[in-house]
Amino acid sequence: MDYKQDDSYLLLSGIQHFQFCPRQWALIHIEQQWEENSRTVEGQHVHKKADDSSAREKRKDKLIVRGMAIKSETLNISGQCDVVEFVEDSAGVSLYGNPSLYRPIPVEYKRGKPKVGREDELQLAAQAICLEEMFLCQITEGYLYYNETKHRHLVLLSDALKQEVRAIVTKMNSYYHRRYTPKVKTGPHCKSCSLQNICLPELMVRESVSEYMERRLRE
Amino acid sequence: MKKMLNTLFVNQSDAYLALDGGNIVVKKEDEILGRVPLHNLEGIVTFGYTGASPALMGYCAENNVPLTFMTKNGRFLARVIGESKGNVVLRKTQYRHSDCEIQSSRLARNFILGKVYNQKWMLERTTRDYPMRIDVARFKETSQYFSRKLIEIQECEDLERLRGLEGKVAVHYNQLFDDMILQQKEDFMFKGRSRRPPLDRVNAMLSFAYSLLARDTGAALEAVGLDAYVGFLHRERPGRISLALDLMEELRGIYADRFVLSLINMKVIQAKHFIQKENGAVLMTEEGRKVFLSSWQKKKQEMIQHPYLKEKMMWGLVPYAQALLLARHLRGDLEEYPTFLYK
Repeated sequence: MDYKQDDSYLLLSGIQHFQFCPRQWALIHIEQQWEENSRTVEGQHVHKKADDSSAREKRKDKLIVRGMAIKSETLNISGQCDVVEFVEDSAGVSLYGNPSLYRPIPVEYKRGKPKVGREDELQLAAQAICLEEMFLCQITEGYLYYNETKHRHLVLLSDALKQEVRAIVTKMNSYYHRRYTPKVKTGPHCKSCSLQNICLPELMVRESVSEYMERRLRE
Repeated sequence: MKKMLNTLFVNQSDAYLALDGGNIVVKKEDEILGRVPLHNLEGIVTFGYTGASPALMGYCAENNVPLTFMTKNGRFLARVIGESKGNVVLRKTQYRHSDCEIQSSRLARNFILGKVYNQKWMLERTTRDYPMRIDVARFKETSQYFSRKLIEIQECEDLERLRGLEGKVAVHYNQLFDDMILQQKEDFMFKGRSRRPPLDRVNAMLSFAYSLLARDTGAALEAVGLDAYVGFLHRERPGRISLALDLMEELRGIYADRFVLSLINMKVIQAKHFIQKENGAVLMTEEGRKVFLSSWQKKKQEMIQHPYLKEKMMWGLVPYAQALLLARHLRGDLEEYPTFLYK
C-alpha cells in the first residue's frame, strides 16, 4: 500500500519560488534555508490581514471563506487559499448544509503591484486545481489582489495554464524526491533574491577552487 | 555577504541577564546596569555565574541569537541554541563525509594547508615589517621549511600523517612565536603552549582568543546548517565542537595569534592586566578582559578582501564566509573546500 504521510505534500506556495528560480525553491523547500528580507516580511503582513479571520462571511449571493486549507492528491501539493469566494450559480456545486449551488473562485492576495512574470497566475491556477479536486468541479477564473494598487485582477484559468502548472509541479516532485538542488544560471533576478547570501550566485562563475588553491600556494 | 551585527559581552561575573520586551537587561542585584535592543545583536557571551532568565534564553533560541556561557576565566561552558535548522540533507552529507577516511582527509588537508600557509605568511610579514629586530635568516629558513611542508601536505591523503605533519610544523612555528613578541619582553614571553591552566600571560591570552574564535566559528557553522560537533580532522568527542575546531585551524595564526601579538606589541595589554593563582595559573583581570574584548570587537570590524570570494568584508564575517563555503562544498556546488589563504 502506498502509505502517504501528511507532510509529504509539497507546499503550493513553492510554485512561485520555483518559477522565480528552481535553485531558490530547492534551498527553501529541500534544504530549509530561509532568510527574511523586507519583501518577505511585507508579504507576511499582507497575508495576516487576509488569513486572520477564519470565519466565513456571507454577502448577498456570496460566501467568503478565508485561509482555507487546500490540497491536490494528483499534484501532491498542499497549501492555503487566502480567500475562496463561493458565488451562487445554478451550474455550481452543492455545499453541505446550504440550499444553493455555488461556484468556487480563488482570490490570492499579493504585496506590491502586478508583476511581469507569471508566477502569481501559476500559483492561482494551482489553487484552482486543488479546489477542482476537492469540490469536483471546473474552475475557470480567479482573482489576484494587489496590495499596492488595491485592485483585484481577473485571471482566466485556461487548460493550457493548468497544464503548465502540472508540468512545473511534476518537476518539483521529482527534484524533491531526489533531494536535488539544481545549479542554475545567474542573472539580474539574483539581486532581488532573499537567499542571495546563502546561495552565493557569484560562486557559479568564479575560478575553480583547485585553481584558486594552486595559485595561492604557488605564490 | 550578510550584515555583521554586534556581540554583547557581559564581563561582570555577578551580572544577571533578563528579557524586557525586545531588550536584554543586565542587572546586578536589583540595579539595572544596561539595556540593549536584541535585534541589534548576533550573539551574547556572558562570563557571569548568576545566569540568565528562561525568558531571555527562549527569546535567543527563537531568534537565532546564540547565548554563550563562559566561566569568568573565559572557558566555554554552554550555549543556548534554538531548534537546529532543518537542513537534514546537508547534515547527513556531512556525517557521510566524516565517516569516510578519504573525504575526511581531503578536508583535513585543506584546513591544515590553510593553517600552515597563513602561519608562513605571518613569518614573511614579520621579516618584511621588522627586518632590523629579528633574525631574518632564521625566519626565512623556517618559511622555506613551511613551503616544503605545504607540498607534502597537499599530497597527503592520510589523516594520521597529516596530524604528524601539522605537529612538526607547529614545533617550528612555536619556536619563532617568542621572536615575534617585540615589546614588553620582560613581561611577555612564550616558551610553548600550556593549557588548563595557562601558565603564563601569553598562554592565558591565546587560550582566551581561541575560545572566542571557536565560539564564532561554531555559531557560523550552525547558521549555515552544519553540525558544529561532527568534524573531519578533529574526531568527535562528547561535547566537543570538532568541526568548529577544524574550521578554526586556518584562522588560528592569522586571526587569533596575530591579534594577541599586536595587543602585546602595541602595549594595549600590560602585565597589570593579569594575576597569578597559587596553582601557577595565570588569569586575566576583569579590566584586562575588558581591554581584550573591546579590541577583539574592533578587530572584527576591520575590513579585508576575501581571497577566494574577492569581496570586501569585515574580519568578523570570515568564519561565516568559510562556513558557507564549506556547506557549498558538501552540497556539491564546489568541487573542493576553498581554504582561507591570506597573505
